[in-house]
Amino acid sequence: MKNNDLKGWLYLLPAIIFLGVFLVYPLIDVFIYSFEEGYNFASGTYSGVGGFNFAYVLRDPYFLQALKNTLILVVITVPASTALALLISVGLSSIKALKNLFQTVYFLPYVTNTLAVGLVFMILFKQTPYTNGFVNIVLGFFGVAPIDFIGGPYWAKMLVLCLYTIWVVIPFKIIVLTGAIASVNPIYYNAAKVDGTSRWRVFTKITLPMISPTVFYLIITGFIGAFKAYSDAVALFGTDLNASEMNTIVGYIYDMLYGNSGGYPSFASAAAVILFVIVLTITCINLLVSKKHVHY
Amino acid sequence: MDYEKIEKATERRKKAVKSVTYVFLTLWAIVVLFPFYWMVLTSFKGYGAYNSEWVPKLYTLSPTLQNYKDAFTEVPLGDYFINTVIFTLITTALMVVITVLAAFAFSRLQFYGRDLVFTIFLTLMMIPGELVVITNFVTITNLDLRNTFTGLILPSVTSVFYIYLLKENFAQIPNELYYAAKVDGTSDLRYLLKVMVPICKPTIVTVTVLKVIECWNSYVWPRLITDDAAYFLVSNGIQEIRENGFGRDNIPAMMASVVVISLPLVVLFVIFRKKIMAGVSRGGMKG
Amino acid sequence: MKVTLQNLTKIYPSRSKKESKGVVAVNDFNIEIADGQLVGLLGPSGCGKSTMLNLLSGLQKPTGGKILFDGDDVTNLPPENRGVGLVFQSYALYPHLTVKQNITFPLENRRGKDKLSKDEMNSMALEAAKLVQIESLMDRKPGELSGGQQQRVAIARAIVKKPRILLLDEPLSNLDARLRLQTREEIRRIQRSTGITTVFVTHDQEEAMSISDLIIVMKDGVLQQVGKPQEVYDNPGNLFVAKFLGTPPVNTFDGYVKDGGLYIGEERVLDAAGVEDCDVNVAIRPEGFEINPQSAFTCTVDRVEVMGRDISIVSTHEFSHNPLVRSIIGSENVNDVTEGNVKFDVKKNKTCIFRKDTDERIFF
Repeated sequence: MKNNDLKGWLYLLPAIIFLGVFLVYPLIDVFIYSFEEGYNFASGTYSGVGGFNFAYVLRDPYFLQALKNTLILVVITVPASTALALLISVGLSSIKALKNLFQTVYFLPYVTNTLAVGLVFMILFKQTPYTNGFVNIVLGFFGVAPIDFIGGPYWAKMLVLCLYTIWVVIPFKIIVLTGAIASVNPIYYNAAKVDGTSRWRVFTKITLPMISPTVFYLIITGFIGAFKAYSDAVALFGTDLNASEMNTIVGYIYDMLYGNSGGYPSFASAAAVILFVIVLTITCINLLVSKKHVHY
Repeated sequence: MDYEKIEKATERRKKAVKSVTYVFLTLWAIVVLFPFYWMVLTSFKGYGAYNSEWVPKLYTLSPTLQNYKDAFTEVPLGDYFINTVIFTLITTALMVVITVLAAFAFSRLQFYGRDLVFTIFLTLMMIPGELVVITNFVTITNLDLRNTFTGLILPSVTSVFYIYLLKENFAQIPNELYYAAKVDGTSDLRYLLKVMVPICKPTIVTVTVLKVIECWNSYVWPRLITDDAAYFLVSNGIQEIRENGFGRDNIPAMMASVVVISLPLVVLFVIFRKKIMAGVSRGGMKG
Repeated sequence: MKVTLQNLTKIYPSRSKKESKGVVAVNDFNIEIADGQLVGLLGPSGCGKSTMLNLLSGLQKPTGGKILFDGDDVTNLPPENRGVGLVFQSYALYPHLTVKQNITFPLENRRGKDKLSKDEMNSMALEAAKLVQIESLMDRKPGELSGGQQQRVAIARAIVKKPRILLLDEPLSNLDARLRLQTREEIRRIQRSTGITTVFVTHDQEEAMSISDLIIVMKDGVLQQVGKPQEVYDNPGNLFVAKFLGTPPVNTFDGYVKDGGLYIGEERVLDAAGVEDCDVNVAIRPEGFEINPQSAFTCTVDRVEVMGRDISIVSTHEFSHNPLVRSIIGSENVNDVTEGNVKFDVKKNKTCIFRKDTDERIFF
């Protein structure tokens, strides 16, 4: 090895060590774990190799509940947050005064602690002996009977989870979309203006096709992010998510690993691999669809 | 054609669209800001006052600092806070050093296998953290590093994305500068520290600030690796406070804790607003 | 459609707060354009031509003055109600739509009682495409077309809605030299066959002169001269217009009028009876020279360029504004040119003089 080669590797060494130990090795290991049956945490031994872990996880009602929750969350929040972010970004791009202020305000949820602000959301929605909660009181003005959003019916809890998730993920989408909209050459808008194109048509026929790569990027990352939902749910419903029927796949993985029901890294690994396969499949489908519909 | 009518109608329509836009944007601003307002407001309400309001008031006439006192005395919020500061500082510092060295190697040094390694690095960007957390948990447990700062920090120090970001920035520095320095007999390390780092300071600051935010908000890994409250970070701390905190549902005191936890990041955001937003729009990590 | 501009003014607000005055892009324009004319709006870069076009299209609002279309005040009318077709310098074709979709785009905007059926739109699009000869490219995307083809699509999109006025911003600037010649003939042909009043912006005087019915010369937002190309060429109103029109450019000299004669240096060049004594700028077209060994006007020959039909004598003169004086004479005179000095007669009808102090044209 030449002197130069050695030097290059030397500079890379810290990064390679850390990535190797904490990213590459675990990546391989998780697949191995997921096939090791009856793994004993304390002794590090296992009884056999096979698909039992997967079979167990797929039959576990907690996992099925988590899968259902995650899917509902994905199906609702990804389209809703993308559409809302699109609407906000278009509005934001059309104004001059106060634009910076709005942009800064909208970004705020991105930098705040999900757990901490989730607590505020919980209190706004929660019914206690002392109050019906702020949201219920506002709904009361419209004649809606008070609902226990945090400890009540399933759909109410899911609604709060979706709303909070949307609130958390929208800043990222807004900032990416406003950037994309700003990069559309204004000459197209002038051309459309001379031809008397309505706002709606300008949006659907010009803006949207031109920023379609960005929109698809956001949908893909949105799917991936929503499938990994966890801390939003913890913030609202506490650490025992199985009890509140609000667990997610990632939550299930951690519960299997650690905590009251923990100590089963094999089951956790199997669940993680299942999640990985789902996300990979959805991403591939997304990419295929986007190839068809994105115009560049 | 009645031109005057058309002109007026256009003018009216323009104004209407503008008003609707502003109303809509203001509404969303309220949706975003209201939880923050609520949290600050509640943190200044007395325990008794808060619980006596069946319909919560949107203002308070008798603000109190008692909740903040409680947050630091009745629960170890101060400890959580200090733990998080230690964790964030060390992790970020290590991350910056490793990232700068790796980005330098990728962007400036010529060595065998460089492009292959870089491709592998790029592939690593796509690996979801959830996949590797399991083995890391086992590794750290086996190394007897649970409930230590070492165990908290080690798996958190590398970020392929930041290496990539900085490498792109380093690569923009013209080669001539490097050759000029070589001719003058400057060592690689000196060149890196005296030329590249100062030139790319904006990106390094962006990366640093983003990492600080990430560390401050990290929840999953600390939760797995610490069960001793003495090593809790703020995210776990707030969860602990919520579930076993003040002995009763002392929501104003909880809100005071939330304010204390959130404040450093809001201040950081106000200072580095432009850098953070620019960095995030190039591909953030949360979303 | 007749277009009238009355005291049209556009001032951009200044960017810095220190300068209270804004930038005047269009200054007090008064022009009348008759129906069906092809008008070349000509001037150097940054003279306000594009602003003029934007004012006509309605994309920008003037600071003062009026725009009348057939006598109707359209000054504050939004662009969509003006009936203008605009061809952008970079064409602004929607990259994600096919040629056909690009052309039908303006038609699909119509709503209510103006709404068109699919068939109507298709036939109108085809008609426009035929006019610019791109009917075989209808299903391509703009990215798959050459610059010239894109230009035609842009024109088709502008004329498909039968505008009352067609505006073209630097229509030839993005084309290569050969295509430029061809396309300008094409523009002329399209304009003739549609009869739409057309205004095109250019900084290339040859382009404007060759196809326009009327040229408008402007500089720094100020109207310099309006007229038929030949008229403006023959009778420039000021030194700028004289210099700006014509290739090779006009030769200019420092001169003066004394005792009824026009002098350049010590040399009496022409009679100028009845003109009061003053300092002048003298502009002589390259074709305004004739070799005459008995003449007073003497230049030092630098070189002779043979162009076949004509020859060009490149020479120097002490009082010329430019380093070189260029004259074009018939090639039969090639043997009269020798090393050293050459003496010229100057043709009066190819010479203009302008007062040095006011830049006012003096007729003599």
